[in-house]
Amino acid sequence: MAVKCGNNTIMLERPVHIINAACIVGQKEKEGPLGQYFDRFEEDDFNMDTWEQAEARFVEETYRKLLSETSGINEAGVDCIFGGDLLNQCMASAIGVKKSGRPYLGLFGACSTMTESMLVGSLTVDGGGAKNVVCITSSHFCSAEKQFRFPLELGSQRVPSSQWTVTGSGAVLLSSEGEGPRITCVTPGVICDYNVTDTNNMGAGMAPAAASTIMTHLADTGRSPDYYDMVVTGDLGSIGHALCKDILKLHDVNVTDGLYKDCGMLIFKPEQETCSGGSGCGCCASVFSAYLYRLLKEKKINKLLLVATGALMSPVSAKQGEPILGVAHAVAIEN
Amino acid sequence: MESDNLTKLDDKKYEWMQKKRNQKSSLLKNCVMAFLFGGGFCVIAQGYKHFITSGIGVKFLGELDEAAVSAHVALFMVFLGALLTALNVYDDIGKHAGAGSVVPITGFANSVVSPAMEFRSEGHILGVGAQMFVVAGPVIVYGTFASVIVGLIYYLVSRG
Repeated sequence: MAVKCGNNTIMLERPVHIINAACIVGQKEKEGPLGQYFDRFEEDDFNMDTWEQAEARFVEETYRKLLSETSGINEAGVDCIFGGDLLNQCMASAIGVKKSGRPYLGLFGACSTMTESMLVGSLTVDGGGAKNVVCITSSHFCSAEKQFRFPLELGSQRVPSSQWTVTGSGAVLLSSEGEGPRITCVTPGVICDYNVTDTNNMGAGMAPAAASTIMTHLADTGRSPDYYDMVVTGDLGSIGHALCKDILKLHDVNVTDGLYKDCGMLIFKPEQETCSGGSGCGCCASVFSAYLYRLLKEKKINKLLLVATGALMSPVSAKQGEPILGVAHAVAIEN
Repeated sequence: MESDNLTKLDDKKYEWMQKKRNQKSSLLKNCVMAFLFGGGFCVIAQGYKHFITSGIGVKFLGELDEAAVSAHVALFMVFLGALLTALNVYDDIGKHAGAGSVVPITGFANSVVSPAMEFRSEGHILGVGAQMFVVAGPVIVYGTFASVIVGLIYYLVSRG
């Protein structure tokens, strides 16, 4: 069973393998730098009537894809699904997994939900309460814009610090048996508030949380950053990535650009007019499922610290002048 | 009490760090683009005004007085804004034009039509009907309010 290590980190004792990962993304993501790794994309939103339905369909199809591509497991073999998205009351995840007939636990950690679900999922498997769990998250550019910003057809300009919500869904299958990279320890993050109120600068809102969780993880485990082949934050975008590095440096933790990457920067190229980079629950989910998981499987990297970051805000909190609260959860994945 | 382990970071220091890293849009470029696109809309409106007050226009609409001409032009521009929004073009113009496509009356049409389209999936009453003025509403409310204040001041000043 898992044991607490240091302040917040939890070491897993039993093996929890990521035995498979799957994702489906939209057209723009397919056209990005990681296009070759996305083996399935949707250009017409599955021809659904609404964007919310489209996002739910992304979840449903990704779940199906994950199970169909994993040998030796059928629908009934999944003990629990941990999922979440950005829409009110996690609407897309609930609709997306309703046909699965498996227990579902909805999680909300904004864009940090992917590692949050992997964290909770891995602890459940480690505790022996489940053998196989699915962790799945999604986001959709249009449904997120509708909920958090302005109508799509409104002729407004984007600010350079804003981010572009990734359309897509990613899922991983965690199992106590089988092969694949292992989740070895997890560090849930504390909420960081540095009075950032600009909703067009989420990267700045989340960067302290990312730095805080990384530092806690390193202190708790006694590791230095170069213990890992790659440290990847969720979706800070270019400004948040730079700020996170600044904060780490301020606290004498030095990470190089080669070691420290950000999913929001990996998924889009600057020419795609996505301003500071990608965001959304689907960002970290798709980048990990398609790209990072493959690097681990092919042993191109052997130790990865995945730190998805979330801005815990709602349209109401923003309008009432509440600052953007950042949170980040770290999951260490090793071969 | 510190809520996290970032002992060397506080709100003030972080604000300064953000300023250093922030990227701003180019003011000069935005102004030039707004001028060109905003001016472009005005040229279109002026062209339409010429059209309805000369030759063929007069044949169709008859001689119009000045108030009717202004109303005609405004109607035409609102229609144009709504049409371009529905055709999925206005947001692309807005990306480059900025204030140049927000300030003219076409921008007002865009701010009403775009939420109407966006919330169509939530029904005609609670979707389109209730959300249509979500962007334009404040402009109407405070525009009306400001006109009342100005009217009051005008009344008091003209009496004295």
